[in-house]
Amino acid sequence: MSGNSVRIPAGSQTVGPYFRIGLEYLVNRTPVPSVLPAGTIAIRGRVLDRDGVAVPDAMLEFWGGGGAGKSVDGNEAESGIPDGFRRVATDEKGEFTVAIARPAAETSSNAHLLVLVFARGLLRHLITRMYLGDEVKNDDDVVLSRVPPERRATLIARADEKLAGLYWWDIVLQGSNETVFFAW
Amino acid sequence: MPDLPLMELAEPGTQPEYHFPPYVSTIGRSPRLPLVLLPRTQLERSGPVFGQGLIGEHDNDLTLHYAGDPIGERILVHGRVLDEDGMPVRGALVEVWQANAAGRYRHKVDTYDAPLDPNFAGAGRTLTDEKGYYWFKTIKPGPYPWGNHHNAWRPSHIHFSLFGSGILSRLVTQMYFPGDPLQPLDPIFNSIPDAEARTRLISSLDMDRSESNYMLAYKWDIVLRGHVDTPFKEGHR
Repeated sequence: MSGNSVRIPAGSQTVGPYFRIGLEYLVNRTPVPSVLPAGTIAIRGRVLDRDGVAVPDAMLEFWGGGGAGKSVDGNEAESGIPDGFRRVATDEKGEFTVAIARPAAETSSNAHLLVLVFARGLLRHLITRMYLGDEVKNDDDVVLSRVPPERRATLIARADEKLAGLYWWDIVLQGSNETVFFAW
Repeated sequence: MPDLPLMELAEPGTQPEYHFPPYVSTIGRSPRLPLVLLPRTQLERSGPVFGQGLIGEHDNDLTLHYAGDPIGERILVHGRVLDEDGMPVRGALVEVWQANAAGRYRHKVDTYDAPLDPNFAGAGRTLTDEKGYYWFKTIKPGPYPWGNHHNAWRPSHIHFSLFGSGILSRLVTQMYFPGDPLQPLDPIFNSIPDAEARTRLISSLDMDRSESNYMLAYKWDIVLRGHVDTPFKEGHR
């Protein structure tokens, strides 16, 4: 903790099963195009629980900064939603699809998105990263290098073989193939 | 490899653990492998900034969303969003959702047989002003049963979602009401180990902002992680 802190941040509580009432308005419903424009990627995947069962009431938030070639400071888009931010909820099959500005590589890190995971049963949101499988170029990535080698694959989305810019990535909340989550 | 600062961790006891068996849904959904300490690179030091374009004129008055008045106890919920130094967080997006006065959510998976209110949707949003101030006018939500254990009832609460200065200040939580006898019985409320930290989720009755013959007011200040002036300055560990 910072020695200068005078206030303790509020405790987290679960988003619960009814978050769509208040949070779904911010989900971008523009259909993902069949050909992705340069500078845009799409991510498809599922959220799974300990038993491999789909989680139909999860909400994900993807943050990629201002997008490739832009400042990482949030740009204000006309919709009020920054280009580098997307919120999506899983459907009844636990599946999600989201399109977002392609993130840029950083000095010390390969291109990635920061991903927040919310759901009934999660008292605090989870924080993870999603790397682009065809852009992970070095093993000395400042974050991947801290992750046990056998778990690194959980942070790397697989590039689709046919559609350029489409990636496949599942989030496993618990179990043998559990996604790496970060302490905060 | 550059030597980057690591993520600051929460003060022990002030945040819930992911695995908390009294709240049964945590058992199959909480990670059990060790969490990894994250170095903060550029992304962790930035965050989305939301515009006024997201906010409609009456989005923070949940009593005005339909032609008729919603049923229940009309209340003002207001306060400030602050950083860890007590500085106001300006332009913070604050989103709320809640049950109606009878304890029913307008959501397809809520099967409690309390009545829906045709004049109440239970959702609102706003941006904090220059002083970090927000307000919502709404109806006091009722308690409701849930399936966690036999005779389980949630205390009255309003769900809050906040974006502060930087993505790491993100917070989703619940605001409770003073004097609610269901709080000591609620696993979600009691998932926060520290008693003072739990108390900080309870709003205060505010007679100064209550209006005679019209509505009561509840005040709730919310502290987000981080520092507005120097976002996530290097921690003194």
